[in-house]
Parts: sequence; C-alpha cells; structure tokens
Amino acid sequence: MKYLPLVWKNLFRRKVRTFFTVGSIVVAFVLFAYLMAVRQAFSGGVSVAGADRLLVIHKVSLIQPMPESYRGRIASIDGVADLSFAQWFGGIYQDPRNFFAQFAVDPESYLRLYPEIVLTAEERERWVGNRTGAILGRATADRFGFEVGDRIPLQGTIFRTPDDAPWEFTIDGIYEAGEEGYDTSTMYFHYNYLAETNDAYRQIGQFVIRVDDPARAVDVAAAVDARFANSPAETKTTTEEAFLQGFADQVGNIGAILTAILSAVFFTILVIAANTMAQAIRERTSELAVLKTLGFTDRKVLLLVLLESMALAVAGGAIGLGLGFLLTNLGDPTGGFLPVFGVPSGDWLIGVGLTLLLGLATGILPGVQATRLRIVTALRKT
Amino acid sequence: MRLLAQVAAVTALTIRTIPQRAGSSTVAVVGITGVVVVFVAVLSIAEGFRAAMLGAGSPDTAIVMRGGSDTELSSAFDLDSSRIIKDAPGVQRTERGPVASAELFVVVDVPKRSTGTSANVPLRGVEPAAFDIRGEVRIVEGRAFRPGTNEIIAGRAAVAQFAGIDLGATQRWGENAWQVVGIFEADGTIAESEIWCDARVLAPAYRRGDTVQSVYARLESAESFDTFRDALTADPRLDVMVERETDYYAGQSELITGIITGIGTLVAILMGIGAVFGAINTMYTAVATRSREIATLRALGFSSLPVVISVMIESVLLSATGGVIGGMLAYFAFDNFQTSTINWQTFSQVAFAFMVTPALTVQGVLIAVTMGFVGGLFPAIRAARLPVATALRAL
Repeated sequence: MKYLPLVWKNLFRRKVRTFFTVGSIVVAFVLFAYLMAVRQAFSGGVSVAGADRLLVIHKVSLIQPMPESYRGRIASIDGVADLSFAQWFGGIYQDPRNFFAQFAVDPESYLRLYPEIVLTAEERERWVGNRTGAILGRATADRFGFEVGDRIPLQGTIFRTPDDAPWEFTIDGIYEAGEEGYDTSTMYFHYNYLAETNDAYRQIGQFVIRVDDPARAVDVAAAVDARFANSPAETKTTTEEAFLQGFADQVGNIGAILTAILSAVFFTILVIAANTMAQAIRERTSELAVLKTLGFTDRKVLLLVLLESMALAVAGGAIGLGLGFLLTNLGDPTGGFLPVFGVPSGDWLIGVGLTLLLGLATGILPGVQATRLRIVTALRKT
Repeated sequence: MRLLAQVAAVTALTIRTIPQRAGSSTVAVVGITGVVVVFVAVLSIAEGFRAAMLGAGSPDTAIVMRGGSDTELSSAFDLDSSRIIKDAPGVQRTERGPVASAELFVVVDVPKRSTGTSANVPLRGVEPAAFDIRGEVRIVEGRAFRPGTNEIIAGRAAVAQFAGIDLGATQRWGENAWQVVGIFEADGTIAESEIWCDARVLAPAYRRGDTVQSVYARLESAESFDTFRDALTADPRLDVMVERETDYYAGQSELITGIITGIGTLVAILMGIGAVFGAINTMYTAVATRSREIATLRALGFSSLPVVISVMIESVLLSATGGVIGGMLAYFAFDNFQTSTINWQTFSQVAFAFMVTPALTVQGVLIAVTMGFVGGLFPAIRAARLPVATALRAL
C-alpha cells in the first residue's frame, strides 16, 4: 500500500497521455456495451425462448393463415398440455414509421403460456374482461408515452373495420418483462374483437403449444405436422427456440457482420491503448533500474508496473462500462427499429473480465522485462 | 516568401524523420485505418441495400394498393377495381391494351444456400405487361413462363442466395408443384430477389379468389402521375393509394437503412473519438522525442509558425495514409459482397451487394484528414511553445 503514491505520481507524470489513454479505453468499453446490445438485438430473443413451447405455422410460409378449427384438433394431440394462438395484426399507429408489433390473441390462454408477460392482477383482470382492451409492453409504452386507460387508434392494413375507420383499443395494462431480454415492444389484444368484426378474419397465423414434457417436444411437433399432412393447410411445427432462430437467420449475416465489425473496432482500440501503456513503462527502463539498485525486489517492481497498468485499465473500463450502461439504457440508436435493445447482465461480467485482462496484459510484458533487467546495462543506457 | 521556405524546410525535415518514430506513427495510422474501414464498410451495406431498392423504381411507373396499406403484402382489392385502375387516364396504352399489371405478392419458404435455414422469398404473380413495365427485367437463361401453367422464373440474385430454385428444378409450395423454366436479371435491383409466375395461376393456388394485391402501371410520362392519382382517388368505386414506384421503394428501404446507418454512425463517431485520442498521443510523443531537434531549429532562427505547420502536416499526412489504406481495404474486402437479409416491411428477403462507392471512400478519407487535423493541433501548439533553452538542455 505504501507504494500507492509512487504509482500515482507515475500515472500523472504525463497527464495528457494518461488522459487520452484512459479516454481510448473508455471509448472501447462504450463500444463494447453497444456491441453486446446489438448482438442481443440481432439474436432475436433466442436466449429467452421457452424450452417447453412449440410454434405451429403454415408450412408454405408464416404469412399464410390456418383455419380456426385447428385449435381443437391440435389440443387433442397427445403430449399437448396447453394451447394458445396469435394472429399478426400489422396496424399502423399514425405513421408506418411508428412500427411496433401487434397480435390478436386469446388473453387467458396466452398469458398462461407466456409467464414472461408480467401484469398486475388488476391489469390482467381488466384486460381479460374488456373486449376492446389491449396490453402493451413497457418499451412501446415509454416510446409513445402511453399510459393505462389511454385509447390508441390503429389503422388496419390487413384487417379493416367495416367503415375502414381506425381500430380503437383501450390500454388495460402495461406489461413488464418477466425475464431479462424478453421483448416488451409488442401489443396484444382480444382475438374476438377481430373475429367478431368480420367472419373472414377467423384465421390464425400461429399456434403456441406447451408440451407436457420438453423431452418429447420433437415427437409432439411431428405428431402435429402428421395430423395436417396432405390437407390444404399443412403445418410446420418447431420449438420456440428454432422458430426465433429462424427469424434471426432470416436477417442473415448482416447482424453477424455488424457484430464482427464492432468486435474488430473494440480490439483495435484496445491494442492501441495497450501499446501506449506499455510504451509509457518502457520509457522508464532506467528508473526501474534505479529502483532495483535501491533494493526493490523483482516481484515488487513487477507489482508496481502491474498496479499502474491495472489502475489505467480499471479507470477506463469502469467509466466506459458505466457510460455504456447509461447510453444503452437510453434506447437503441436507430429510433425504435430494434425492439430488444439492452446489454444482458452476463455480458457486463465479460466487460469487467476484459478490463482486468487488459490491465494484466499491458502490464505483464514490460513488467517481466523490467524484472529481467540487468541493472548495469539499464543504467548505462542513459 | 521566407516563411514559405521555412515551412518547406521544416516539413521536409519532419517527414524525413518519420521513420525514426515508426512505432508510434504506425499506431496512429492503424487507428485511423480502422475508423475508415469501419465507416466505409458499414455504410456500404446501407448503400448497397438502398441501391437495390431504389434502382428498382422508375418515376414513370405508379403502384396502386388498397388505401391505408403500407406494403403490397397487406394490400388487397378485387379484380373489378384493378380493371378500373388499368383504364384510368394517364396509363400508357399499346395495341395490346394498357401497360399495367395486376399482381399478387406472397412469400414462400425457401432454404438459404449458405446456411440451409429457411428464408421468406417473395413469389410474385404477374401479368404479361409486367415485362414492359419493368424494362430492366430480361430472361438470361431458359425462357419465360407460359401463361396458365405452374411455371416460374427466378431472379438471378435469388438463385444465387437460395437453394432449390435453379433452372429446371421443381418446388412444392402448398398443394402445387412449380417448375423453374427461366432465370432473369434486373440490373441487380430488388426484382432479382423475386420469383415470378402467372398471377392467374397463383391466385387459386393461394386461395386469393378474385383479388389482387397491387397494380403496377406504366404512365404516359412521369408528369401524368398527378392525373392518374387524382382520377383514382376521386373515383368513388375505389379505395386506393397511388404512389410512384420510386417513392414506394424508397419507403420500403427506410427501416433497414435506418438500422444500419444508425449503428454505423454511432460506431464511426465512437471509434473516431478513440482514434483521435490515439493520434493525439502519437503526435505528443513525436513532439516530445523531437523536442531537442525542434529547439535547435528555433535556436537557428526558425519562427514557431513553420514548426506548428510541420507538425500539423505530419499528423494530417499520417492520417490521410490511414484513410487511403482504410478506403482500399474496405473496397477490396466489402465491395460487391453478395448477401441477403429480410426486409421486415415486406416480410421477405432482399438479395443485394455491398457497395463501396467512390463518394463513400472520399468521405472516409475526409474524416481521416479531419481526425489528423484535430489530433495534430494541440501537440503542434505544444511544439511551438517549447521553451528553447530548457529543451536544448534536456538529455
């Protein structure tokens, strides 16, 4: 501990360099935060997929609807413990740019299947009992400043009201994510509101199944698809994870390319900062030799050097991760295009780990060199 | 004049001594190169996507959809309406009738060639006039589909990205088997990501009955758009929305380009800050190691301005080098890189190529030069202020 003042003095012998080195590390870790957030956004929520949920869609493509009657036929299949469904609505709130997803669902069964949608008991009761009611995720509510009790008009695109006026929904609840990384940008409303407006709207885009035993998920999926084989609307049943992964795959390598670029940037900045830090120590070879002449052991010299590089890395890393936390919490940089935008908490630990690694890596090489230093040679250099 | 001569002399000296500072100079160049590569690469994605989408539109082509629909996918109206639209004033007519095509737009599940994962590929049902409306579409292999049959033609980009739609292949979608009889090109625009067939065959196959989703119409001229739109929107029998094709595709590309430019700009700014910090450190080091040299120059009677200018020139030169290297790296690594992504607005895949345009490269180099200027400024001032006596005594 008594060497701290020495480390401190060394750090500030070139204030400008220290400032800019820490600055680069800060920037690198802010980028790291964005990197993790972007990766999460492009992964499409695969990490939070329920292991016991299966999704049934039309075999030809997701946009083809299935008949309502499939509900009963799927429910009777062995292994299906619970069943719900959702229909994509695609309404426009004022302007297509204000995009957020909306699904027509059966409230009771849907909430049963998705415990990740967290409502208060009061909100839940109100919504289930209100045919024109809707619930909205926290992210979208915050984005437009919606509150419980507000009425939102949505212009139908696929589904139209008889006079083509906008559909009116009352917000009965604003749900929170029950699990980190769960998308809270979606709105859910009563399927019956849609179906009772026009009989032609009695069609379902996707069924959600809870299997009684996740180990049997593949068999149940096969049984569902077999039931509808060779019918006009054949189905494709997958685990929720595979379904979401499919969505992420549709985006293709764009996400991967962006992540790769961000990683490259992060490491480039780190290498540059590390080089500067190492250089700052190499410059002082003769001083280290003086310390050793004074009786500092090799271990102490190494420790001093490491303390210095650690101090820089930790200062930069802490500020950078802190700033990154604040900035990524401000929301995504694209103005609402990426619904799930945030850094998973596990990734912060990776950030902390990288900070320590940076301090260690930049200090260890010049530090070890310093311990191997022959005092006579080093002193003669000047 | 003397000042210029001084500047020239000092700068020449500075540049000749750069190799002595190879290490730290390389660091600065690498940092700047990185920024430029990232900047150009990310924006080339957006640029390529936009080019594929915008190249598709022609100002004298109009697209008609149901009122309130934002994409063809959510639009639908009956055949009678489509006839009224085709007969509206402003539509070009030939001896074969109006140059307008009532189309259906669905997506089908086709695996990606690269990963084998499924992708939503657009399947478009067209009428014969579609080929006249989109002049850029031409069959390059095989032949056009015969009307009334389950034959399809696939865009060149779609064939490159998705498996199972090669010439001669047969695909089952729903209850129908479709045979690929031709491959078409469309100058790399979005049509090339699509599969085309006869609209009259697609409608029953997808239970669309007597409905279509959009009408594409070639207008007599770009100016007749207003006449055409006003005639349709005033018609009480219709509830439609009329857009120029160019505007429609510009709107469709907003989301993806928004995401990419949003992230790209953010990264470029952050990385720019990081690289400027690096450059400042490099230049401070450069000034520090040369302090005796600079002091000698000053003692010989050189004024401080040439010293400032020479440091700035060094910094700008280093970063311009980084900029040019970065631009070239980005060009060779990313230009014409073929890929595809889902366009959420149409819920279907768009195949496109990254485009490193000359304008992007120039922008990248300009950013590099700016960073060099900023990075050199403070160290240059430091150099000018160096007290001559102290600096000479040091070392």
